[in-house]
Parts: sequence; C-alpha cells; structure tokens
Amino acid sequence: MPFMSVKFNLQKRVKLAQGLWMFYWLSVIVGISIFSLGIFFKIELRKRSEVMDNSESHLVPNLLILVGMLACGLNAFGGKMCHDALDPIKFSKMKPMLKPFMLLSCGFSMLLLLVALLCFLMQFSIYLTLAEGLKNTIRFYKDTDTPGRCFMKRTLDITQIEFRCCGNNNFRDWFEVQWISNRYLDMSNDVVKDRVLSNVEGKYLMDSVPFSCCNPGSPRPCIQHHLTNNSAHYDYDHRTEELNIWTRGCREAVFSYYSSIMTSIGVLIIITIILESMDVAGLKYLSTSLETMTDPENPECESEGWLLEKGFKETFADVLTKLKTLGRANQVQEGGDAPEVSPP
Amino acid sequence: MAVLKVTFTKTKRDKLAQVLWILNWISVVTGAILFSLGIFLKVEINKRGELMAGRDIQYVPNMLIAVGLIACAINFLGGKICYDCVDSTKFLRWKLIMLPYIVCTFFFTFCVLVGALMCYGMHWELEESLDMGLTQAMRFYKDTDTPGRCFLKHTVDMLQIEFQCCGNNGYKDWFQIQWISNRYLDMSKKEVVDRLRSNVEGKYLTDGVPYSCCNINSPRPCIQQQITNNSAHFNYEHQTEELNLWMKGCRQALLESFTHIMRSIGFTVLITWLFELSVLTGVRYLQTSLENVLRQGDPNSDSCGWLLENSLMETARTNMSIIKSLGKSNQINTEYHPTNCRFFYENVSK
Repeated sequence: MPFMSVKFNLQKRVKLAQGLWMFYWLSVIVGISIFSLGIFFKIELRKRSEVMDNSESHLVPNLLILVGMLACGLNAFGGKMCHDALDPIKFSKMKPMLKPFMLLSCGFSMLLLLVALLCFLMQFSIYLTLAEGLKNTIRFYKDTDTPGRCFMKRTLDITQIEFRCCGNNNFRDWFEVQWISNRYLDMSNDVVKDRVLSNVEGKYLMDSVPFSCCNPGSPRPCIQHHLTNNSAHYDYDHRTEELNIWTRGCREAVFSYYSSIMTSIGVLIIITIILESMDVAGLKYLSTSLETMTDPENPECESEGWLLEKGFKETFADVLTKLKTLGRANQVQEGGDAPEVSPP
Repeated sequence: MAVLKVTFTKTKRDKLAQVLWILNWISVVTGAILFSLGIFLKVEINKRGELMAGRDIQYVPNMLIAVGLIACAINFLGGKICYDCVDSTKFLRWKLIMLPYIVCTFFFTFCVLVGALMCYGMHWELEESLDMGLTQAMRFYKDTDTPGRCFLKHTVDMLQIEFQCCGNNGYKDWFQIQWISNRYLDMSKKEVVDRLRSNVEGKYLTDGVPYSCCNINSPRPCIQQQITNNSAHFNYEHQTEELNLWMKGCRQALLESFTHIMRSIGFTVLITWLFELSVLTGVRYLQTSLENVLRQGDPNSDSCGWLLENSLMETARTNMSIIKSLGKSNQINTEYHPTNCRFFYENVSK
C-alpha cells in the first residue's frame, strides 16, 4: 500500500512539473542569499576581530558559504531535471540519476540542520571570546606604540562610539586599568607620583573614562574625569546621572548585534530546510507518477504518484534488512559460496 | 532636402520597432532610477536639514522626482506605440498621436538636461547654506533646554564624529562661542565670573572644544581643554599637534560629501538624457518611415525615414508661419508630400 499516493492525469503532471521548477529556482535564490549572508557575517567578524583578540571562530560563516554554493548547484540541477521530466526521451535518460539525487538532497537537508544548530550554539562561543577579547583590548588601550597593538585604541574607540557602550561590563572597567600611557604622564609631578605609588602594581589609575564613552544625547558637555567626585563638577550627582556617558557594557552590546545576525541566519536556514523537503517530496511524486504511466506511448494516460512505495513501517524494515545484509555480503557461508544479496 | 535620410526595408522597419520597444522599456527602468535618485537626494538633504539654513535647495530633488515619473510615463507610452508599429494596421491608431508625442518628448529631454545641469549648479548655493546653517547650529549648541533646539547638540556631535570634522572652518571656531550652557557654570567661582566679565558680550569663552572633535587616531588620550596652553599638558605642543583633534572644518567635509553625491547623480542623469535622445531619434525614424509606407500604399515596400522633412532653416520657417497663421482659422494649407524617394530626389535636383 503506497504511502500518501495521489492520482495524476496529464494536466496535473504538467502543473506539478512547472510548480516544482519554480520552487527549485526559488530555492536557488535562497541558496544565493545564504551564500551572501555567509560572506556578510565573515566580513563583520573580521571588522571587529581586534576586540575579540583575533581568536574568533570562522566556522559558521565558512559553512554558510559552502552550504549556499551547494544549495545553488543542487537546486539548479533539480530545476533542470523538472524541466526535462515531461519529455519521455529525456526522462528515460534521467531516470538512473533520480534516486541518488534524492538521497543527496536528503543528506544536504541533514547538513542544513547541522548548520542551523551551529548558528544557535556558536553564540556561546562568541560571547566568551568577546568577554576575553574586550578585557585584553581595554588593558592594551594605552599601548599605541607597541607593534601589533597600535590600533587597539582606535578600534575600541570606534566600537564604543558605534555600539554606544563603555567598557566591558560597564564604565567602571576603565577605573581598574591604566589607559593613559606613561609617555604622556609627567613623572616629575607630585600628584602623578602619588597616584602611581598608591597601588601595588604601580599603575596610574583614575576615575575617568576615554572620550568615546561620551553620550552625545547628554544636555551638558561631557564629563569624562573625576566621575565619582560630585564636588568636582557643578550641579552633578554621579549616582543619578544617566545621560552623561553610555551605561551599557560593550560585551553585551556587541554580543546582541552578533546574536541577532546569527539568529536570523538560523531562521533562514530552517526555512531552507522546509523548502528543500518540499522540493524532494515534489520530485518523488513527479518521478513516480511518470514511472507508473500505464501506457508510456500515450502521454494523456493516468498514473499514480507516492512518497513511499510501501507503508512507512514496511519501508523502514526493508532499509534495516538491507543494512544488515550489507554487512554480511562478503561473509563466507558453510556452503562455501558467498550468499547472494537479494534485491529489496 | 531631408535631414539624415535613411532607407528602410520592411524587415528593417520591423526590427527597428522591436528594438525600440525594448529600449523604451529600458528607459522606463532608467526613469524609475531617476525617481529613486531624486528621493535619495531628498532624504539626504532632509537628514542634514537642521544644518542648512536660508536657501531652499529642495527644488533639485523635486525636479528629479518629477522628471523620473514623467520619463516612466512617456517611455511606457512609447513602448506601447513601438510594439504596435510592427503591424501597419495598428499603426493607424497611433498615427495622429505620434508627432505630438515626439515633439513633447523632445521638449521633455530638455527638462532632463536642465535637471542634470541643476545637479552640478547646486554646489554654490549649498556652500552658502551650509555656512550659515553650521554657524547657527554651533551658536545654539548649548541651548539643550530651549524647545526647537534641544537636539542641535546631538546633531552637531554626531556630525563631527561621522564626518571627522570640527567647527565650521576649523576647531578654533569653538573658541569664539560659548558652547557650555550657563546652567552648568558655577557662578560663585571667581574664575568663572572673571571669564564672563573679560569680554563685551558676557560670554564664557574658553580654548576648549566639545568631545566630538576628538580624533580617534590620536595615540594619546584626547586633549579637549586648554588646547592653546602648552604647559597645561605634558609633552604637548599645539602648533605641531595634528592628530589630537580633527583638523578639517565641517563645512568643507559636508560640502565634499554632497558634491560627490551630486556629481554621481548628475552623471547618471546625463547618461539618461543621451539614452532618451537616441530612443527619440529611433522613434522619429520609425514614424516617418511608416507614414511614407502608408502614403505609398504597399505595406511591404521600402520607404524613407528622416529626422526633418526639409532642412533646419525651412522647417523653422514653416513652423513660424504655422504659428502665425494659427490665429487665422479655416485656411487650407497645400503641402506636397513625395510618394517615394526617387520623386523626392528628382524634386531636389530640379
């Protein structure tokens, strides 16, 4: 008893072939968009690789690029098959390729599922990389004369301005590092000397933040220095002041940006999986309806199409027995000859 | 003597009609591109609306939008006409409309050219407008509590950060205005009161700039206050320091950005103009050759096509006399039309 069988006449077969052809080309467009999203994501990761210590994983964008190209190729080929299916000569040439193509499509859908899972899981990796990378970038902010770290200041300033954030968790991270280089500190000044001597590691720590933490929406000119000292500024209370500098931490800000990109890509991949499954089902219907034509010479005859030849459970049992006999193919029986593998 | 006469066989006419049909559809697309360029320019100008004062330069994008829409409509009609011209019976439907259509399109192409020239000419008005607008914006930078000017500080800060510029001509412009509001000045301090009294208008002037002037490429943390005082900062000399603040003035930066946009748009409009003109020429040839075919009677025969039936001077004279005699009604005009090219040639050689 075939699984989900449908009767087809000529009109229905033609309509199915045309509809399926359009679906395949829609899948090609979706494949192209996955490819371009992969490239976009790769570029975005590269742009900010300095705040992630250059140690971010490019697995997801590389996979997306690969999957996009595969999707384009597979679906273009599928579209061509649909186009040729209604011509009996071309169909008979195509018949041996149908089963491997459908198996390949199923395998590809499995790969897509894996990529979608990765899109959602790799967000944790990005979060951890960001936390570590930002900590180091803040620490090396002042080292604009050290090769390899010259542009950390610039990158972090741009990131804080663009993502409207300050520091790693919040602006107080800047109070714990020396972000002014010793080259610009007047060591003969008593105030400077006191500050440097006041802590164990000899760092020049202040309650100040760089200018890139400033909020342009603040009604008053930016207060960067002596942030926790209310008396240093007129009409200022640091506990209630919210508009002066950005209160959000950069880790949260940058992570939410990347997380939104990865989530939308994941959703697109799930849509692609659904589209691919529909394509394979349609192709199966089309091929079976063309194969079961009662009179191959008469194109107007009726035929039947199905998803599985036998019922779901029977097909599953068949596949299991096939797998078992595959293992026993070269096993020598007591009779001396290897048993023949009977066709399913 | 006809201007640029060309002989057309039946197949050539049909091919011309088909090609013109495709070209008209491409022109519809270019009309849509013009329309979207006009909208893009309008959005860009509105984005910086607060920084432009005085001159109204909205007429340029409005012109582009109008021209784009009219181009779409004209070329859509032209496409329909050319599609029907392959069949000489259908051509009869359009025969009377074609000449007015060609004349209208010819004047329309002038509008397109004017649009392109306006794009290039906007430069000077823009500079004046930006100068006035920026001076005003900087003056009202501190008025974040005045309705209507609350967000000028935000706008100016974002402008200086985005375009990497400071002040109108340079950072020294900030030294001449009070950019810190009195609400945040401690009037009980002697130093503040001294500064206020030190100038005629009672403004609190400092040699400091807002934080948005800071250059992100500077190796040292930004020096915003006491910029001209070398001794206030360690290892600092303001005459040679170039990386601390943005050196470019915002007027120049904005002008460069807009000029770049305007040049690209102007170039696109010029290309569109040339394209429209060539399509129009093709339609004119098609019209004249089909009319001659009708006069000859045989739809499969060869015919002549031209741009103008007589030379430029004669056509101008004829048109002037037509316009003069428009007042006199019911006058019967006798014009002879040559039935074939040979007759025409003989007529000219006499």
